[in-house]
Amino acid sequence: MRVWYFSEMAYHPAWDEGLKRGSLRVVYPNKVVDPHDAHKLLHRYLDEFAYCDEAGLDIMVNEHHSTATCMTVSVPMALAIIARETKTARLLSLGNPIANRPDPVRVAEEMAWLDVLSGGRLEMGLVKGAPYEIHPANSNPARLMRRYWEAHDLILKAMSTTDGPFSWEGEYYHYRAVNIWPRPLQQPTPPVWMTGLSIDSGIAAAERGHVIATLLSGSVAKPMFDAYRKRAAELGRTAGPDRFAYAACIGVGATREEGLKRAHLIADYVRTAPVVYEPFTNPPGYNSVNANVAMLKAGPAGRSFVKDRKGNAVDHRTASVEQFMETDTVFAGTPDDVYQQIKDFNDRIGGFGHLLFFGQGGHLSHADTMDNIRLFAKEVMPRLKDLNAGSAKRTAAE
Amino acid sequence: MAVTTSIAGVELEIVERGAGPPLLFLHAGEGLGAERPWLDLLARTHRVIAPTHPGWGGSMLPDWIGSVDDLAYLYLDLADKLKLSDATLVGCSFGGWIAAEMMVRSSARFSRVVLAAPLGIKVSGRDERDIADMHAMSQAELLAHTWADPAKGTVDMATLSDAALRGVVGGREALCLFGWRPYMHNPRLKPWLHRIDKPALLIWGAADRILSPTYRKGWAEALPQARSVTIAGAGHYPHWEQPDAFARAVRGEG
Repeated sequence: MRVWYFSEMAYHPAWDEGLKRGSLRVVYPNKVVDPHDAHKLLHRYLDEFAYCDEAGLDIMVNEHHSTATCMTVSVPMALAIIARETKTARLLSLGNPIANRPDPVRVAEEMAWLDVLSGGRLEMGLVKGAPYEIHPANSNPARLMRRYWEAHDLILKAMSTTDGPFSWEGEYYHYRAVNIWPRPLQQPTPPVWMTGLSIDSGIAAAERGHVIATLLSGSVAKPMFDAYRKRAAELGRTAGPDRFAYAACIGVGATREEGLKRAHLIADYVRTAPVVYEPFTNPPGYNSVNANVAMLKAGPAGRSFVKDRKGNAVDHRTASVEQFMETDTVFAGTPDDVYQQIKDFNDRIGGFGHLLFFGQGGHLSHADTMDNIRLFAKEVMPRLKDLNAGSAKRTAAE
Repeated sequence: MAVTTSIAGVELEIVERGAGPPLLFLHAGEGLGAERPWLDLLARTHRVIAPTHPGWGGSMLPDWIGSVDDLAYLYLDLADKLKLSDATLVGCSFGGWIAAEMMVRSSARFSRVVLAAPLGIKVSGRDERDIADMHAMSQAELLAHTWADPAKGTVDMATLSDAALRGVVGGREALCLFGWRPYMHNPRLKPWLHRIDKPALLIWGAADRILSPTYRKGWAEALPQARSVTIAGAGHYPHWEQPDAFARAVRGEG
């Protein structure tokens, strides 16, 4: 199993005010930001990313817009810095919200440039993006996935074509001469990742052999991964654990209390992320017709919930760290605890090869963040390396 | 009862009611509402032909349809197929935008056009909004902007059938497809409105908070031949909120 540390580089000093206003995103005016504080925080967060390389972790960066929860506005910009500050960590962009990008060829150029700069350490996520990204990008939510797939196909063609230029006259994108320089170091393209929540996403990723990642909900991960495995089998392929990624908030401590306390602070990310003004949560077209019909029937009470392992609904906005452990949103405690929770989860969902380690969620201090990374890398990660390769043998020996 | 008709390969649901001079009714983004009173009121004096736009209700939205231009040509095709002559063209809100796009292309089958709170044009400067961002409002705010009496506009979705809900969801997505960017207008429409060479009537709701006063004035100036009627006790949907007054206005009695 590979472990990818990430944080959203939160601007948490503005959280309390945003929670009071009922939206941390889109309509929350940026005068609340003190750019000098933001300056210090960005450097701190980049130091934390750089430390992961020393500790032996891989690194993931994502982006959001117009929000106090995430100051990373550009994955390629952040990864460009991190690529220069690190030597061995693989660098995961998860990712470029390509249906919200007007210029897919620019995405291909930036990703190829990063791959060359990093010496072939890039993994390339092409993502749909969250619903509340639609308004800041002013991208049309109708037919979003049709645009996504056209951008996806164009980016991969741009990165893998070596005898260009080629032309593209599609439904959404038009180019007369696509011929990116430099081309990526990993040929034909760096590994491609997607994110998803649904069975349909699992099937779509399986058909292309991409890695599929999902975040913070075990009850969502299992059916999607199962759908991937089933579709891959139908196509005559085997989908190993390296096709599956799962993001969780992880707090490790010298004691169980310390681990839980760290996870509690990191989980503030999960509590704040869904706090967004109602109309931006589900722009028409973002979700499928069937999903929207189900939501209309459920009414407003149906939103922002995940299911725990017993099938109970848990509200992300108010959940305790213990509740989050029941939804597999959080792994927390001593290194032994955390290892055991990850191992159990891995067994329950049929094996996953990439753990996305949410290790900073706002109010966790720099010292605690660094210690959390250090403890995880030193005490937990070595035991995860061959989790899927050797799990059957270990189970038999126990 | 709706029948399905194929126009340019698009399966469209069409309601037809009443007898008399033809009237083509183009519904708002909220849907046709054939069970509500306005079509029946118009049908007392007219042969009312009311299609459900592609994507809404049970009308199909093929992949190749994606702009209001397409809808304008689709309904011009429908008017040809029905051999309409001297028809009244009525459009409410989004339907008004489609009606105007039709009339600048060809007014041959129509004797007059009625635009009720039409979307579709840009009047003010680039940092001023003419049409409120209906997709950046909570449900309560939207009702307050759209209705003189918001209680009248509340629809209990939980009571609708799955088929009806699919029609609602499809319509919401289709409205975004046609009107997301530029938001609910075509920057190229206003310069061509002079081509509307038939009598025109503009109907406004006195309590409409979706359309700015400057915007309404922009329509009146672009259609110098148009008469304007403002209906009291109505917001952005005069046909829904004050159907009697709306029908009287369409008949020229307002």
